[in-house]
Amino acid sequence: MMSGVKRILVGIKRVIDFSVRVRVKPDGSGVVTDGVKMSINPFDEIALEEALRIRERGLADEIIAVGIGPAEAQQQLRTALAMGADRAVLVQIEQPLEPLAIAQVLFKLVQQHEPQLVILGKQAIDDDNGQTGQMLAALWDRPQATFASRLELDGAKARVTREVDAGLETIEVDLPAVVTTDLRLNEPRYVKLPDIMKAKKKPLELTTPAALGVTLPAASVHTLKFEPPPVRARGVRVASVAELVAALEQRGVL
Amino acid sequence: MSAVLIIAEHAHGRLNPSTAKCVSCAQALAADGGSGIDIAVLAADAATVAAQAAALQGIRRVLTVERPENAEALAAVLAPQIVALAPAYTHVLGPSTTFGKDLMPRVAALLGVSQISDIMTVQSVRRFLRPIYASNVVVMVEATGRIVVATVRTASFQPAASVTGAAVPIEAAKLQVALPTHTRFVSRSQVDAARPDLQTAARVVSGGRALASADNFQILYRLADALGAAVGASRAAVDAGYVPNDLQVGQTGKIIAPELYLALGISGAIQHLTGIKDARTIVAINKDGEAPIFEVADIGLVGDLFQLVPELEALIRARTKAKGLP
Repeated sequence: MMSGVKRILVGIKRVIDFSVRVRVKPDGSGVVTDGVKMSINPFDEIALEEALRIRERGLADEIIAVGIGPAEAQQQLRTALAMGADRAVLVQIEQPLEPLAIAQVLFKLVQQHEPQLVILGKQAIDDDNGQTGQMLAALWDRPQATFASRLELDGAKARVTREVDAGLETIEVDLPAVVTTDLRLNEPRYVKLPDIMKAKKKPLELTTPAALGVTLPAASVHTLKFEPPPVRARGVRVASVAELVAALEQRGVL
Repeated sequence: MSAVLIIAEHAHGRLNPSTAKCVSCAQALAADGGSGIDIAVLAADAATVAAQAAALQGIRRVLTVERPENAEALAAVLAPQIVALAPAYTHVLGPSTTFGKDLMPRVAALLGVSQISDIMTVQSVRRFLRPIYASNVVVMVEATGRIVVATVRTASFQPAASVTGAAVPIEAAKLQVALPTHTRFVSRSQVDAARPDLQTAARVVSGGRALASADNFQILYRLADALGAAVGASRAAVDAGYVPNDLQVGQTGKIIAPELYLALGISGAIQHLTGIKDARTIVAINKDGEAPIFEVADIGLVGDLFQLVPELEALIRARTKAKGLP
């Protein structure tokens, strides 16, 4: 059952910053992370921004930012607190977990905190899996509204506009539900210096999957090797539109 | 021997081309000794779509699951039905479109496995290549769960051919599955039917921030019409409000693989290049000869797009007329 407090749980993943040109380690065992700028996954920032706006409209009382990852992920949770989350939880684990395991940890936190809404990014820009929100909704047996570009709460329901290939689709879901964010949902706010100072006093709880009582599933997908992508052959320059059309004809694409 | 179930994507009685691409991926799985490939059509009324699916080359049969609740593709409604079909299969595949991306992870979680997202290459029945970091890195992954649930990167596979007259059996599956009512379809925006769909078009004309206004995009629409092309845009053009977001091409928009891609006034941010890497021919027109888009362009032209694009349109139209093409 839902408690009296209206809570929103937001996922915050620590990833290599979107502006970094990612390089594969020479031995193919992973990507270079030494000295690389780390940030909140951009879609997770949008998730948090949406939660903040819902709270500012008086439709939520508390926002919990949840991270699952290494100790360093506390930095991103502190940023989330500075943006405006009320408290944060880091489920500390050093090795990367696959989406199903992440969803199981989140499900445990959902059972503990009983949020009316869980807002997650539609995907993380590192592993690009795009699975966690849907998996959490499945384990929880609750609705999912993925790729959201508009979210309206109406009592015990939410109306969500989704960005689908054909355009926009609107669905209605009963709460509690899982929503995953697309780019157009909002533009996240910038963190101000006084908020960073204030965030230092906000609670950031450290726990582990074991302490939560989660038995992690055996991995079902193993990454064997990392490679750079195939490169395209260098093209030609033309000097005029006529030459361009001729080149296209030569390639048989006109 | 593998047994593959493909979940058909369809709308308004039409099978989406992404399904035929999943069939090609499934055929690659069969390379090590043959497999049965079935296509499941979940719909309120499946007959029209099932007939189109049954014509796809290389499949064994089509399963229909008809329920009024399947009128719209809601993941929470479809997933338990797919889970009920899954025990007969080694692999369950869906397209890596918004339909498949929404649905398949829910299926995977109910089956107790993680999903393989965006298969680019099949190396064996359990080994795949997939892109990460916006296609800046490719990983080889191995699935070790009791069933493989995956999405297929449509840009990486050619569609399986349709054969007329050689249709395979269409069987109605009877499932006893309770469906949730917590998720309800409300509406869908009208799509622009006058132009080809960006995701599947053979030709795409895209504009960037250099277009400088929504009005200026008109020169691009006119060129697209002359070419019979879909229109796309960079994230910068979308963020600037020149065009709606469903035209966005790139890591955070649509990943496409047309025969011909024209990038007009697009500088070529990594996130955009990710979306066009699999295009057969990339043409770039930009006034900055140092723009990164020229690193991936097959044909580059440096100059003012406001002069060159109308010129190109006129030349294309003249050529079409001279050849007596429609």
